[in-house]
Amino acid sequence: MTEKKNAAGPQDSQRVPLLVAPGEDLGDSEGYEIGHGVIAIAGRIKATKNGRTNVNGNIISVEPRRTAYMPRPGDLVIGFVEGCTNNIWFVDIGAPFNAILPMSLGPSMADFGGTRSVIDIGEAILCRVQEVEETHSSVVTMKGMGLRKIRSGAVEIIDPHLLGRLIGKQGKALRQLKEESECRVIAGENGRIWIDGDFEGTLEVRNRLRSMTAEAKAATPGGVA
Amino acid sequence: MGYGDVEMIDANGIRNDGRKAGDVRPISIELGVVPVADGSCRMKWGNNDVIAAIYGPMEAHPRKIQRQDRAVLDVRYNMAPFSTSDRIRPGFNRRSREISKVTAEALESVVMLELYPRSKIRVEIEIICAEAGTRCVGLTAASIALADAGIPMTDLVISVASGKINDVVVCDLNKAEDNYGEADLPMGVLPNTGELVFLQMDGNLSPKEFQEAWDYNMDAAMVIHEYCVEALKTGRYPQ
Repeated sequence: MTEKKNAAGPQDSQRVPLLVAPGEDLGDSEGYEIGHGVIAIAGRIKATKNGRTNVNGNIISVEPRRTAYMPRPGDLVIGFVEGCTNNIWFVDIGAPFNAILPMSLGPSMADFGGTRSVIDIGEAILCRVQEVEETHSSVVTMKGMGLRKIRSGAVEIIDPHLLGRLIGKQGKALRQLKEESECRVIAGENGRIWIDGDFEGTLEVRNRLRSMTAEAKAATPGGVA
Repeated sequence: MGYGDVEMIDANGIRNDGRKAGDVRPISIELGVVPVADGSCRMKWGNNDVIAAIYGPMEAHPRKIQRQDRAVLDVRYNMAPFSTSDRIRPGFNRRSREISKVTAEALESVVMLELYPRSKIRVEIEIICAEAGTRCVGLTAASIALADAGIPMTDLVISVASGKINDVVVCDLNKAEDNYGEADLPMGVLPNTGELVFLQMDGNLSPKEFQEAWDYNMDAAMVIHEYCVEALKTGRYPQ
């Protein structure tokens, strides 16, 4: 994009995805809305992340090559219980901060001090992000359809930005994977995938996830996807 | 012959390693060299060999270091005991504390810390082999590693040092020039805006020499920035 700096930016890129580095000028901000990974400074759009530009209508964004999971309310996530007090569990959801799961939002009520009898430290749960504060503290809930303690199967971890590739358009790729492997596959927004089925099916899903990650790396020059 | 009499540049302006006054030592950059880190970079610059690794954003511990409105950058610059011909005693010392501090302050001006309140971003800079200008290589490598980790930044920080040897201002000092030279001016530059985020000076330079060293640094930073951008786009430089 360096050669096209003087042009009117994104318009001149003819909507071809371009690799950009932080600080790179993406053109005039007039007529464009700012999406993820870009900022507008003094009427110019600048990339703030290393990745590929994406122009969708009048929204310009950068799809980063690598990014940390940041929780948003409503996200379905898979978490591991890392600690608890008398009435709260602390859940690792792969975000910078552990989320809290109050007993009132837990799977069942227990006596005060009996949190470990319901979900013990180290156990995995399927939960939903209920609330995220400005300070990034988040609260998760297990009240809702399908939210439960994970008692069987395996949890595999992929980069959160590869989820779109796993799920496919309208969930087609994920549905196909479930059918082929005869496994229950639940993808958390935090990049954790719960695979529940027989041994061979689980192995098939795992191999598919690994090859998908390898393909994504190969598709990105330098293998730094 | 005393230190001041060491001839490091000949009458034709050729330095002891064959470079001209404005030339930069050969640079190579590789990304993703530490698989367990969120982002990493290995930068070879002349005989300098530096690895920078980024971890986080993560919860800041101990709690007293947390800032309610932004993240903190925890930079640790360290020279490996085997990085120089004289063994360096392992652990933090006065010099590494100083360089960690100035590196953190330079990076704070580009990293969008306000997006991660109460968090910490760990920046580890390990000098594997030291020639001269390790703080510049460390700072540049750290900024590339931060970009590799997907940390939002308004620009990269490119750092380079110029100095004076035998009364001649030259760019990117090597070991002999750094040891026996008369002055050293490391700078950290934001290449897209030309802003300065880091400046130190060791020795004396006249205003004219200072301007000359400044110009060398600015020109070199623009060239090195192109290498860094190529490395970020393709995973390594040169291919």
